[in-house]
Amino acid sequence: MNTQVSITHRDYSLTGPESKRAVTTGLAAAEWYHTDVPRKVMKDLMKRRDGPPMRDTALWVALHILFAAGGIYFWGSWIAVPFWLAYGVLYGSACDSRWHECGHGTAFRTRWMNDVVYHIASFQVVRNPVNWRWSHVRHHTDTIIVGRDPEIAWMHPIKLGAKALAYVGILDVWGGVKTLIRNAAGQLSEDEKSYIPETAWPRAIFWARVHVAIYAATLLATLALLAGGAGWAAAIPFLLIGGPRIYGCWHMIMTGLLQHGGLAEDVLDHRLNSRTLYLNPISRWIYWNMNYHVEHHMFPMVPYYALPKLHETIKHDLPAPNTSIWDAYREMFAAVMRQRQEPGYALVKDLPPTAKPYQPHLHASVPERDA
Amino acid sequence: MPWIDACAADDIEEEDLIRWDHGGKTYVIVHGVDGNFYCTAGLCTHEEVHLEDGLVMDYEVECPKHNALFDYRTGVAKREPACVNLQTFEVKREAGRIQVMVP
Ligand code: FES
Repeated sequence: MNTQVSITHRDYSLTGPESKRAVTTGLAAAEWYHTDVPRKVMKDLMKRRDGPPMRDTALWVALHILFAAGGIYFWGSWIAVPFWLAYGVLYGSACDSRWHECGHGTAFRTRWMNDVVYHIASFQVVRNPVNWRWSHVRHHTDTIIVGRDPEIAWMHPIKLGAKALAYVGILDVWGGVKTLIRNAAGQLSEDEKSYIPETAWPRAIFWARVHVAIYAATLLATLALLAGGAGWAAAIPFLLIGGPRIYGCWHMIMTGLLQHGGLAEDVLDHRLNSRTLYLNPISRWIYWNMNYHVEHHMFPMVPYYALPKLHETIKHDLPAPNTSIWDAYREMFAAVMRQRQEPGYALVKDLPPTAKPYQPHLHASVPERDA
Repeated sequence: MPWIDACAADDIEEEDLIRWDHGGKTYVIVHGVDGNFYCTAGLCTHEEVHLEDGLVMDYEVECPKHNALFDYRTGVAKREPACVNLQTFEVKREAGRIQVMVP
């Protein structure tokens, strides 16, 4: 079943006319569809534990050390390359899921552990930890609502070249570093001011300064090594800090683009704008189970280690998951290519007979947009 | 303000909460980990989502929408995105019933 949902050339800024329209049409801070789950079951799913995230974090840290040590030890030989590639993914991709889950505060039961991992991961992913905490709050209030959600990855019209470039995070890192420098200089943009409360602005500036200082120290270390005649080995500080967000982010982009790609904007049912897919165990570990994305958006209180169980609990009410990364990309790209030709198109997946139908009345007050 | 009979103590499991509506207002009544009962305003101070689907953990209740935390004994907002405290109300337990002092 493919039906038309309004998507066209849009203004994605958070202070423009689309933003006002989302508010006046009732799409902002609206009531969303949720699958019914008995309270007892949900309580069990929401339970926080320290064990699984401590195990995963210990492994994450140990692998950072192991792969970095291998990369440095074998420096100058081709054997170093796989070590750096693996280090890059641990740093430049796994950071995103740690940033995300700890930002929600759902990974660890112990709060300070969430906060520590959140700050480390925010640094690795080149995001101001204050700005992005608030932007993600908005992403959950107004998921893929144009003019409201600051985290829309697929903006129309879609620029495929920019999407392909995202796999080597240069543009993203450049944008992130520019934002950090601007924030460190004490400036917040109008968009940032629209979703970060004024009381948090000084903290946003403080953390930007901390991040910029660490990058400056890394640059100094590189220059010092160069001046000391280290030659190519002068690249090591950069390969360790900052660089992996460029050469190791591909897994984060590969999985992240699937979250909402090809699906609908301006709807109030996560089954219409988010994608769940089955993943191999390594990718799931890197991604902390965010492949269960519909489930996460419907119930953001459920920690990542309980998402597979949540999926089993509510899958009767969700579209069938994509069976692999390949299957999901095939589906998403077909939809994206059609969206490039046909503004107004979005993929609407079939629901199983056991599911409650989509609830178009929830977002039906939205007027048709001009093509 | 009179004491209002709200529910039976057995209606709420320990470390859980229920929604309670009265006089056109909405509240949650929490059965705390210490065995005592507490009552707070029902809507999160961030974006007014009801706390009835929230998680009670130790002495905190977590909002189901963006995971803000409140101390249900005092109403104090302990984690962003909530920046404003929850209103709290006096509660007493009498003959297996929970009574709340609300306006
Ligand atoms: S509505 Fe409660 S945290 Fe946002």
